[in-house]
Amino acid sequence: MAVTGILLALFLIAHMLGNLKVFTGETSFDHYAHWLRDIGKPLLPGVWFLWILRAVLVVAVVAHIVSATVLARRARAARPVRYAHRKKINGSYAARTMRWGGVIILLFVIYHLLDLTTGTLNPVGNESKPYGNVVADFAPERWYVTLFYTLAIVTVGFHLRHGAFSAFRSLGQQTPRGERTARTAALIFAVLLCAGYLVVPFAVLTGLVS
Amino acid sequence: MNLTLRIWRQKGPEDKGRMVTYPVDDVSPDMSFLEMLDVLNERLILAGEDPVAFDHDCREGICGMCGLMINGDAHGPQRGTTACQLHMRQFTDGETIDIEPWRASAFPVVKDLVVNRSAFDKIIAAGGYITAPTGSAPEAHSTPVAKANADAAFESAACIGCGACVAACPNGSGMLFTAAKLTQLSLLPQGQPERYTRVIGMVDAHDEAGFGGCTNAGECTPACPKGIPLNTIGRLNRDYLAATAKGAGNTPGS
Repeated sequence: MAVTGILLALFLIAHMLGNLKVFTGETSFDHYAHWLRDIGKPLLPGVWFLWILRAVLVVAVVAHIVSATVLARRARAARPVRYAHRKKINGSYAARTMRWGGVIILLFVIYHLLDLTTGTLNPVGNESKPYGNVVADFAPERWYVTLFYTLAIVTVGFHLRHGAFSAFRSLGQQTPRGERTARTAALIFAVLLCAGYLVVPFAVLTGLVS
Repeated sequence: MNLTLRIWRQKGPEDKGRMVTYPVDDVSPDMSFLEMLDVLNERLILAGEDPVAFDHDCREGICGMCGLMINGDAHGPQRGTTACQLHMRQFTDGETIDIEPWRASAFPVVKDLVVNRSAFDKIIAAGGYITAPTGSAPEAHSTPVAKANADAAFESAACIGCGACVAACPNGSGMLFTAAKLTQLSLLPQGQPERYTRVIGMVDAHDEAGFGGCTNAGECTPACPKGIPLNTIGRLNRDYLAATAKGAGNTPGS
């Protein structure tokens, strides 16, 4: 869980930084998007690097889901009879919503790929004009897309808040002081990442990016 | 105080079990929770009914025998307290209190509120000790131990093995217990020779006993009557990673 989670979190950081290029204008953003397809060009032919990256991400996602399923099944088997009276949670809300949060994120990722990678669900869906796709996606009349996007990103934030801390712990974070640092770092990381992702649709919604 | 108790009644391991409601009147707020159950049981016996079976021994919070899920809280609402040291003043007059046994497949119900916790013994048997005969306690200064290590080991050694961590865990994991029993040894010089075989053995025994996996949810430490810190599990993880990296599962002589 920890290793695949860290891989996916690194991808999220890179993806967020890429998204923020939308503020540098249409030409720059489209240029960046096209460059993504050509990374490693002299060494690797065409879109090879992109496909290698996609393969790594798919393996990470599948391994992440498989480990989560194993843990969920073990948890279910470990408590065959439920409590009649189950109290409010003592731990964090984020920790208790990891599993269903993960399912929501998976559904969002599928939608997101159909929307902005294949263009199937995008109103423009023009592969050569990513900037136009983004602007059309979050247009004010498509408020429900922005709403779903916001919900998904907030879910990712909660997932990361517990996930980042939990990854540190699984990889051997062992002091009480380090625990406080790890929890704070996870919270700051989750908030920054949420903000970085949400600023794009809201900039489109308010007309800052058009 | 007048209370309504909803207690899990189960005749034996094969019985299906159900929640049964008992009104209990004239409860003193100064009674302990177990004394309140004693009062109920005396009345049940006088009425010719089967008394409620529950585990208890020292009644001073150090033996780890008592263990009740009280209103969904392991050992009741007061933190850092076993059920035997919980007083009825923590509840309000007229309250309905739900009392259930620990719920885990590794802890099968024996009767009513009594569960079989021998899964914990299996974890201890897999490495929760040092093999060398130590004789009587040696002169404390003969083996230097860093103060921080001594304190952390002592904190872990406070575990009484009651099973509240398993009961509170959303995954039914016994990792806090395993980590406490493991790191009280791994922090001290006496525990070093078997350090890495111990961690693999104990974690394997934990998994084989049918406990769930730890997801760092953090429900165990607030429920622990001895407040074993959550970072103890991090120490276990670090030892486990080191042990698997070293391939220490098959050290000669273990």
